[in-house]
Amino acid sequence: MNSLYSELQWLPRAQEGFSEKLKGIDSATEPLGNLLQALALPALDINQLTKLAKALNRLRSGPKSLSPLVPFKLAILSNSTVEMIVPALVASALRYGIALEVIQPSYDQVAQEALTPDSKVNISKPDAVLFALDYRALPLKLSLGDPDAASGTVQGTIGYLQALSNGIKTNSNALCIFQSFAPPVEALFGSLDRTLPGTLRNLVENINRELGDYVLASGDVLLDIAGLAETVGLADWHNPQLWNMAKFAFSDELIPLYADHVARTIASIRGKSRKVLILDLDNTVWGGVIGDDGLEGIKVAQGDAQGEAHLAVQRMALDLRQRGIVLAVSSKNTDEVARQPFEKHPEMLLKLDHIAVFQANWNDKATNIQAIANELSLGLDSMVFLDDNPVERGLVRQLLPQVAVPELPEDPAFYARTLAAGGYFEAVAFAAEDLKRAGFYQDNARRVTLQKQAGGVDAYLASLDMAIQFQPFDVTGRARIVQLINKSNQYNLTTRRYTDPEAAQAEVDPEVFTLQVRLTDVFGDNGMISVVICRPGEPEVWEIDTWLMSCRVLGRKVEHMVLREILEHARAAGIKKLLGVYKPTDRNKLVIDHYAKLGFTKTAEEESGLTRWELIVEGATPDVAPMRVVSSGFGTVKETTLV
Amino acid sequence: MDEQQIYARLTEIFSDVFDDDIQVNPELSAKDVDGWDSLSHIRLILTIERAFKIKFSTSEIGKLENVGQLVALIKARA
Repeated sequence: MNSLYSELQWLPRAQEGFSEKLKGIDSATEPLGNLLQALALPALDINQLTKLAKALNRLRSGPKSLSPLVPFKLAILSNSTVEMIVPALVASALRYGIALEVIQPSYDQVAQEALTPDSKVNISKPDAVLFALDYRALPLKLSLGDPDAASGTVQGTIGYLQALSNGIKTNSNALCIFQSFAPPVEALFGSLDRTLPGTLRNLVENINRELGDYVLASGDVLLDIAGLAETVGLADWHNPQLWNMAKFAFSDELIPLYADHVARTIASIRGKSRKVLILDLDNTVWGGVIGDDGLEGIKVAQGDAQGEAHLAVQRMALDLRQRGIVLAVSSKNTDEVARQPFEKHPEMLLKLDHIAVFQANWNDKATNIQAIANELSLGLDSMVFLDDNPVERGLVRQLLPQVAVPELPEDPAFYARTLAAGGYFEAVAFAAEDLKRAGFYQDNARRVTLQKQAGGVDAYLASLDMAIQFQPFDVTGRARIVQLINKSNQYNLTTRRYTDPEAAQAEVDPEVFTLQVRLTDVFGDNGMISVVICRPGEPEVWEIDTWLMSCRVLGRKVEHMVLREILEHARAAGIKKLLGVYKPTDRNKLVIDHYAKLGFTKTAEEESGLTRWELIVEGATPDVAPMRVVSSGFGTVKETTLV
Repeated sequence: MDEQQIYARLTEIFSDVFDDDIQVNPELSAKDVDGWDSLSHIRLILTIERAFKIKFSTSEIGKLENVGQLVALIKARA
């Protein structure tokens, strides 16, 4: 079974302690609606969904308000067993901010319930009725090679479904949701089944087409179960053992997926679909880092496997824009650098005038997304944020839980598919105005000023369980050290390049102090992320020859921790003063204030923009960040924890 | 996997499925557990199949009378 779908992999994984959190919900002081929705956000298995639904049903009859959840009453008419599906529906609807109440008449009473004015369903006045029927509910008679009889069967079936719809409309005026029918797997002839009139597959396909036409004209809603079943595979969808044993219309493993699809349809009916796609740039819209790799280095071309993966993301964004989804950008970059590919790269599909708000700066993404929402006058619950970096995703999820943030797999080839599988932009209708909507918000990639930083960033960083590891240069690390030295453009104070032999020389020269820095966090190992070289100057002085860092770990106070480490070794070596220099290039504006922020004093400024800085070692106390520090290879191994 | 490990895992599964702490023993059967009806029986079997990565046949599921028989079945498979 394809785990993207069966395990809802666009959702974050459920955390430990789900049951405990659920039990503690009665005594919580926060609004219940928010808590319940938060519990429903991760991918949940059938037992977790069942427990969550049970909790909602218990709280519904309690004294506390379920606000801000929106109530929705859904009746289900089915020819199969839905008892196990109903709790999954209720819990999955919470994911979309809906408090779902399900009316469920006795098994296989579809026509009676729809057509009788005082039936359980009609009396309950539901908002919508879901006809959860599968092909076994239909009067399908094989009529092999007989087009007239086949057509009669199809028309008869559509007539039956129309009668059900009319019954519901007359008796309770509820919206009708029909399901397309997943064709059975077992072929009679083989390939001929698709073309020969009157085979089961041929009948089911014709019924689906006619049902689609009817629904489009009548204003009812179609839930495309045939499409869903084909996506996951019909052989995985249909499970004859479960049908025989318990009359399950499809495999139990797909109940969470099915429930999410019903829930997103209801959310769409209630106008809760999302409207804005916010894109990260580096390694999301293109492969590579524009600030380091440059216009020629990023991967965004046809004919390159990675480039095509990112182009698929762009194609999807562009297609979404065409159907009315607003596009925005949130990137950690210098603004003009981030705009370059849009303006100059010939293979980019996305252009600046497709982007309504373009936020490229070095601030945290939660602050930027809030600014985008304000600028568009849309709620955070309208936003979807696509980013390859798990730390950024985690930060936004924690600080702005209303924003949908799909998990992404390792391989960018699956980014577009994963985004689509999330169904964030589900729509039950499409109108001419939708075509114009994206343009309505458009103002040619404008940039908005930021409000104050979103709160809680520090607490989030602390939760990352970071460990920073310092070592002098060594043989094992050299290849990566040389690569970083020659590749880093943005967070690089001097942009001084070294060859392998030159790095090897620094490695063995006792006068030269070198650092290679690695960082791990809860999401895994970031690998080597910073390199420093200090050379002796005047007596008791170190000149910082090279200081660079990967932009992936920006905003985590790594540079402060690196300075602490340098200072410690400087003191041990009897060094009294550190000298730093910022040598401007067209790429490294990011670090213009690097030394100022670290407490250095400016001593000179040249016409070229080059600045010189110094720091007295004695008494220097840089900020600390919450991370574990491991220092090894300097003769002694030291481990400290800073909180 | 020995019987003790199977019982330990089953205890976790039972509390997950029935949302209640249940002491799992060989004689335990549907009549002893609140909410162990035909539907939650299916949910129990499906959860066990997934947890132990095994599949039961329709007739095996039909014949089960108590936890002891269930454990014997798992032991033969896992």
